[in-house]
Amino acid sequence: MRFAISLLTILAIASIIGTVLKQNEPYANYIIEFGQYWFTAFQWLGLYDVYRTHWFVTILAVLVLSTSTCIYRNLPMMIREMRSYRENATEQSLRHFQHVAEFQVNNIAPEQLTTYLDNQGYHYKLKQNGDHLLIAAKRGSANRLGYIFTHSAIVLICIGGLIDSNIPLKIEQTFGWKKIETRDLAESQVPAISRLSANNLSFRGNVTIPEGSSADVVFLNIADGYMVQELPFKIGLNKFHIEHYTTGQPKMFASDITIIDKKTNRPILAHTVTVNHPLIYDGIAIFQASFGDGGTHLNLDGWNLFDHSGESFPVTGSIHDTSKLATDDTQYTIEFSDFRPFNIENLGDSKKTMHDTRAVMGGNAVADKKDLHNVGPSFQYKLRSADGQAKEYSNYMLPMLLDKRWYLLSGMRDAPNQPFQYIRFPLDPERTLSGFMRLRGAMLDKTRHPEIAQRFVASAIPDAPADVKNKLADSATKVLDIFAQGGYKSLSEFIEAKIPAADRDNAAQTYLKILELATYQAYVLTQAQAHQPAPKMDDETGWFIRDSLNSISDIFFYGAPVYLQLANYDEVQATGLQLTRSPGKNIVFGGSALLVLGVFSMFYIRERRLWLLIKQNSVLFAMSSNRKTLDFNNEFARHEQDIADIVKGK
Amino acid sequence: MQLTQTMPRPSLLKQLSPIDWLFSLALWTGAAYALSLYGNNMDVYEKGFLFGAAAVFSVLGWLWKPIRTLLVIIAALSLFGIYDYHADLARANQAFFLKYILASQSAIMWMSVLFVLATLTYWISLASRSDFVAKVGTALTWSALTMGLVGLLVRWYESYLISPDVGHIPISNLYEVFILFSIITALLYLHYENRYQNRQMGAFVLPVISAAVGFLLWYTFDRQAQNIQPLVPALQSYWMKIHVPANFIGYGSFSLAAMIGVAYLLASKGILASRLPKLEVLDDVMYKSIAVGFGFFTIATILGALWAAEAWGGYWSWDPKETWALIVWLNYAAWLHIRLVKGLRGPMLAWWAVIGLFVTVFAFLGVNMFLSGLHSYGTL
Repeated sequence: MRFAISLLTILAIASIIGTVLKQNEPYANYIIEFGQYWFTAFQWLGLYDVYRTHWFVTILAVLVLSTSTCIYRNLPMMIREMRSYRENATEQSLRHFQHVAEFQVNNIAPEQLTTYLDNQGYHYKLKQNGDHLLIAAKRGSANRLGYIFTHSAIVLICIGGLIDSNIPLKIEQTFGWKKIETRDLAESQVPAISRLSANNLSFRGNVTIPEGSSADVVFLNIADGYMVQELPFKIGLNKFHIEHYTTGQPKMFASDITIIDKKTNRPILAHTVTVNHPLIYDGIAIFQASFGDGGTHLNLDGWNLFDHSGESFPVTGSIHDTSKLATDDTQYTIEFSDFRPFNIENLGDSKKTMHDTRAVMGGNAVADKKDLHNVGPSFQYKLRSADGQAKEYSNYMLPMLLDKRWYLLSGMRDAPNQPFQYIRFPLDPERTLSGFMRLRGAMLDKTRHPEIAQRFVASAIPDAPADVKNKLADSATKVLDIFAQGGYKSLSEFIEAKIPAADRDNAAQTYLKILELATYQAYVLTQAQAHQPAPKMDDETGWFIRDSLNSISDIFFYGAPVYLQLANYDEVQATGLQLTRSPGKNIVFGGSALLVLGVFSMFYIRERRLWLLIKQNSVLFAMSSNRKTLDFNNEFARHEQDIADIVKGK
Repeated sequence: MQLTQTMPRPSLLKQLSPIDWLFSLALWTGAAYALSLYGNNMDVYEKGFLFGAAAVFSVLGWLWKPIRTLLVIIAALSLFGIYDYHADLARANQAFFLKYILASQSAIMWMSVLFVLATLTYWISLASRSDFVAKVGTALTWSALTMGLVGLLVRWYESYLISPDVGHIPISNLYEVFILFSIITALLYLHYENRYQNRQMGAFVLPVISAAVGFLLWYTFDRQAQNIQPLVPALQSYWMKIHVPANFIGYGSFSLAAMIGVAYLLASKGILASRLPKLEVLDDVMYKSIAVGFGFFTIATILGALWAAEAWGGYWSWDPKETWALIVWLNYAAWLHIRLVKGLRGPMLAWWAVIGLFVTVFAFLGVNMFLSGLHSYGTL
């Protein structure tokens, strides 16, 4: 008993650790969190998958064994106890009971008392013993069944759980017959030592299937790797759908799947799997577990941010695939990682690429803020340069209204654990990016700066003498040249380097004024060259100029020479299915039923024993129970009163 | 000779009065009428639950007569509330009875106020040793839980008024289950109060309900949690209808036992001892409450496993919520073992029951707030 309790305490502590420490995360996350030293220590203890460690499972097995022995040892005695009336109790022992009373009467007829016992629901046995008659009675013996039921139930549940655990796999791993795969391989490349046959007794694995594809394996995540579990059939995904409530929350996740015969490749069964409604086929349960992108085709407009033309070029790609991007000096690879047809989250949220459909969380009344709305599709990609460096981008397809003006947003980050930082590209009155891109081209093109400066001077001081005009034009050209080198940052560096501290503020204001007015002229020029209507002299244009200058400044920090604008897409979704085979399930549920039965018979059937020892001139009344409760005291008092009344002939 | 001694004790069915039968008949008729109205929209499990509820409440009403009155009153009030809506949700702020009494928000506010009043009343009665004031406390508690139940039932209907696909039983988020917790704990308390003919324990049990009410009010006014939200796919299951209430009978019982434990500890040190019931009575209530809670918590956890087998792909995945349910279960299993097998009594068990409440609260709230897992009501 003490041993069992210590083991249970260890299990409870281990379980608590398992809930506090996130289980089965990628090992890299743990290293970041704990550092190398503790990571190794915790790994040695198996804390990253605590419920499947050798020691945890061993303790469970020992508990099952000790509980079984306990039942085996106590069962015969329990049954004997249940049957026995203890009619051999002696007068001596009865007098020592805590609940005992004696009545002085003469010649009492036992029938009166047995009738009473009958009415009270007691079973009894009479035994004549020399000078006295003993009536030994009992009630609620089924209480003992409670003990047997609960303890057998725990054994059954544990056995069921052990059947469904990965013990055979653990053994195979220990002997080196099977090995987890840690490399990122295509499924067909995974060697046989990391593959489990379709006959495997029990498993629980996941697979992601894009629309229009099929899978005949699932992946079991183990430690920092995985194994491939083969299936006796193939599953094809025809379509994955999400239904929404009018408020935007998800209402249904559903996968239209087809079970396909592996040998003949013929469809056997078509079924729609939804959350809470799995399909059970061939002893394998198929659950809707998650969803994600299955390789959406994207058509993009690429904008070279540093060229002078202001024209876009076409780029195509698919999610989970890569495209090449060649610029003048270096080769880039675009790794498309995710596509979302709609976004209702706040900007800047870190995003998961697979979404759990089983989470209970959305029922929360608070998490759903009302000011959130759908801001349209977005896609995510990494841009990797030839030297292997990569930055991650998240671009929205539709313009967003921020501060009452329209922008296209592109988020950039250096590492996955950082939030995205967004660059805003302003849109021209036609709500396209072209106006900005042409302006940007002119602003970065030094050969055009003199012309822009001339136009600026002509409009700013039309009546000034020529030498004043020339001087201003030179200054304007200079400002434009500096801005073209690195945006506002270059400009401020220039001011700090060349101008005495006292004059800096004035100089900065003058330069900004020149820059803005010159940029306006550049905008007029580029619009005219593109045969677009001339910009109006109004606030809207003023803001467009300022936003454009900000954006041009920002592209020097954008980290990529190209902005990819999503033109259109052909969505392909993928469903994440969980497949389990758990032969222990019914044993566990049987055990559970037994447990409930046992718990209730333990608490609600009270075992009571009652003796009446009848002598010539007295009746000795004693009671006992294996549970000393207030109810029992009350019952004794009631019987004592009743029996007193009977023997006294009232 | 007294009749009780010679006659066999009559079975429950033979003890029933015509009113009992009438009550039961009304329940079954109601269930049949509901089936005729909405049967087309119910699956076989839901039909089972409908008549199962009729059976359960029949027996409850037979065993504990005040349940009959309670059910009749909440049926009348909530049906009137539903009728008064005229299928138009906007009437919640227009129609007099809805606006001030019967719309779910109003009813729940009434419940909150009444529970707090009941708490105060029980303490006044404890201080003044007034039996009359204690009776007022009991009446207030009954009224509070009546309003709470009416609030939940009307809310159930309101969810369908928002949109038929939004409609669901109001036990799906933290806000709603806190109401359920208050109601169930109050009902359990009233049962013990009646059974032990002792109203002093109310001063200890009602504060835990008031604390829940306090949370509820903060949650309403600070976080606007009272709005009805549609069910996410994972919650769209008939299992929710039994898993959640079974769990809250467990949580309610454990909380009640802990509060009685507090009373026990005070009384054993002589504080309020003359005003509280005898130690052995407190001990008995504590034990009974934990036994009931343990039974229902066992059922709830098993129902949770059955549900998980359908929704999460496995009956046991060591999700933090599951693991903590196991820890709570082991904790009370140990408590009961020590008491029943080793025969331990006294302050130690009372302390343990109080500490048990903290474990339970962590399993109920802490897991959702601090640990990540599938079973989360989200952050506060």
